[in-house]
Amino acid sequence: MAKHILVALVEDKPGVLNRMASMFRRRGFNIESIAVGPSETPNLSRMTFVVNGAATMVEQVRKQLDKVVETVKVSDITGDNVITRELAFIKVKANSANRSEIIQIVDIFRANIVDVAPDSVIIEATGDEDKINSLFNLVRGFGIKEVARTGQIAMTRGGAGPLPVTKAPPKTKAKGKKATK
Amino acid sequence: MKMSGAQIICESLVKEGVEVIFGILGGALLPLYDALPQYPQLRHILVRHEQGAAHAADGYARATGKVGVCFATSGPGATNLVTGIANAHLDSSPMVAITGQVARPFIGKDAFQEVDITGITLPITKHNYLAMDAASLPGIMKEAFYLAGTGRPGPVLIDLPRDVQQEQAEFNYPNKVNLPQYKPTLQGHPAQIKKAAKLIGESQRPLIIAGRGIIISKAYAELKELVEKGQIPVVTTLLGTSCFPESHALSYGMLGMHGMAYANMAVDASDLIIAIGMRFDDRATADVHAFAPHAQIIHIDIDPAEIGKNVRVDVPIVGDVKLVLSELNKIVSKTKHIDWVRKLDDWRKEHPSLIIRDGENLLPQYVVRQIYEATKGDAIIVTGVGQHQMWAAQYYWYDKPNTFISSGGLGTMGFGLPASIGAKVGCPDSTVWCIDGDGSFQMTIQELATIAQEKVGVKIAILRNAYLGMVRQWQELFYGKRYVATPLSSPDFVKIAEAYGLPALRVKTREEVAPAIAKAMAEPGAFLIDFIVEPEENVYPMVPPGAALAEVLEEPRKEAKAVKDSAKLPVSNI
Repeated sequence: MAKHILVALVEDKPGVLNRMASMFRRRGFNIESIAVGPSETPNLSRMTFVVNGAATMVEQVRKQLDKVVETVKVSDITGDNVITRELAFIKVKANSANRSEIIQIVDIFRANIVDVAPDSVIIEATGDEDKINSLFNLVRGFGIKEVARTGQIAMTRGGAGPLPVTKAPPKTKAKGKKATK
Repeated sequence: MKMSGAQIICESLVKEGVEVIFGILGGALLPLYDALPQYPQLRHILVRHEQGAAHAADGYARATGKVGVCFATSGPGATNLVTGIANAHLDSSPMVAITGQVARPFIGKDAFQEVDITGITLPITKHNYLAMDAASLPGIMKEAFYLAGTGRPGPVLIDLPRDVQQEQAEFNYPNKVNLPQYKPTLQGHPAQIKKAAKLIGESQRPLIIAGRGIIISKAYAELKELVEKGQIPVVTTLLGTSCFPESHALSYGMLGMHGMAYANMAVDASDLIIAIGMRFDDRATADVHAFAPHAQIIHIDIDPAEIGKNVRVDVPIVGDVKLVLSELNKIVSKTKHIDWVRKLDDWRKEHPSLIIRDGENLLPQYVVRQIYEATKGDAIIVTGVGQHQMWAAQYYWYDKPNTFISSGGLGTMGFGLPASIGAKVGCPDSTVWCIDGDGSFQMTIQELATIAQEKVGVKIAILRNAYLGMVRQWQELFYGKRYVATPLSSPDFVKIAEAYGLPALRVKTREEVAPAIAKAMAEPGAFLIDFIVEPEENVYPMVPPGAALAEVLEEPRKEAKAVKDSAKLPVSNI
């Protein structure tokens, strides 16, 4: 079992997210996070799924997702050469006595305070999963009131990346890269 | 030219070469049905239950290779199609199902007879559509037929709100589909084909496992060429039955749970499995971890997701099996495997899997064999699901391509009768026999009315053993002979047939079998024979659940004493 990042380029049509998400459910996967937004091409969306599973099972799901008619391409981009980020809002209990301590921690993480209220602050943090988790653990002591996270988006470094927007048929070759985590 | 959505659907069906539609109308499909009389080239066959419509369209599709079409109204009409759609999905049968939907303003309001059929059928269709305006219909229809019939075929559903059927729109049928991202791989990768040819050339004990992909792709000649060039023995899956002539010296019948003992032993002993157009279903592989333990595996299939799904594969080749095989045949070397073939022939002699015992009672195997004798193999055999299905696969010799139609993946009892209607309508000049069990038959018995009304000349053989026989066999062997809910009383099928206006006979002895079949064959139209057969006959050979193919049980009756406790059954897909 390892964490895998699957990135899918799909047509922006009603029901596509449902089709994709339903495939994970049917094959017994729990989606850890999912992020969807427009891609660089009009009418195509890019979806980023983070799932836990054995490599062979994830590969099976990837192929099944590739069969969804609206799918242009699905890649398992798990590996070293990938940048992942997510955005988090963390609402932390704060008062005049400890606010500056919170601000210090936020500065170390190069995060921002985006709202200050008499009894709380909202931290806005961007980073990979580890960074968000570390920040979360550090501010937990102050008392967490609310957390919202976007789920990860991911992109491979350099080159054209694994997902050029082409009209080529989906590649079927297995990607057996080991996950880093 | 402007026309209504209903007319656009009909025009599109005509453009796609559709000749027959199986369906039942209802409120949400009234506009579509109202347009039908303007298109006399579209024959509508009114079934008695929507499941029958889907199975009939499926049977039609399998018999003809064309896309089968069925109609059903919204709500319960649509949900009644679901079993038939799932059945077509698992067996890769091309089908377009058109369902009525409540008018657009009512969608999402839990209106009368509203159901989210695109949501319900999402995992059991190749693709589905909710058509939200009439202008989109020509494109949707073109895509639906293209998707259903190309690549790995499958069912496509179009949900059609009632007011969309009435809406006016321009009709221009597109020449091309607009599906840039849907491009099934047809040509196999040359390097992979070369690798496969090399393995075949080096193999001492090669074995072909041929599946329904051969039939879908009509690769009969290519398969035969490969078999003969490489002198490679062939076994088939249940749905591969009739893809290779069973009288051929290198044919070793069906493999799997109720496959021939020697076929299963061949898989176990082989050093190279060449799997063509099959998907390593658990009924074919038995214990997948013990499957072909000495073999490398070449897997040829059009669906990349099937590669490596159930078994490890050494040489995957994604492509249309007909195209891949014709390329492979060009480079595969002529070889002989005299020792290997001799070994298989010895096994066939030592482990004869098809024996019809002498005895007082009428045996179901004998009936199947007599149907073979009467038709000389020149018939399309359609089955339901259960013991009779296995006997029909085992005891009839399939020499002609695509003459066996059965529900494999979903194992849908009740498939036989409506599917045989579809097969006969699609192939009116062929003799079509529906071999069914008393349990399976009663699940869709109402389609006798369709046969009577539409004068479909299907010959029906019911092997009546007064049990849900296959389940009873499992209870006998693995549940201490506790026959819970399997004894089955049935009505007088002869009287039932007569009530529907169909001729029928009852047969109780061996002597009556051949004359009854002859009488049925002489009848121009439909005919039903109610065969009263040995009640507790079991299907053999049998690979017990969780066992490996090599652990096949052969001798009838003997194993019945070795009752196992169900609690100790290994975990497997029963």
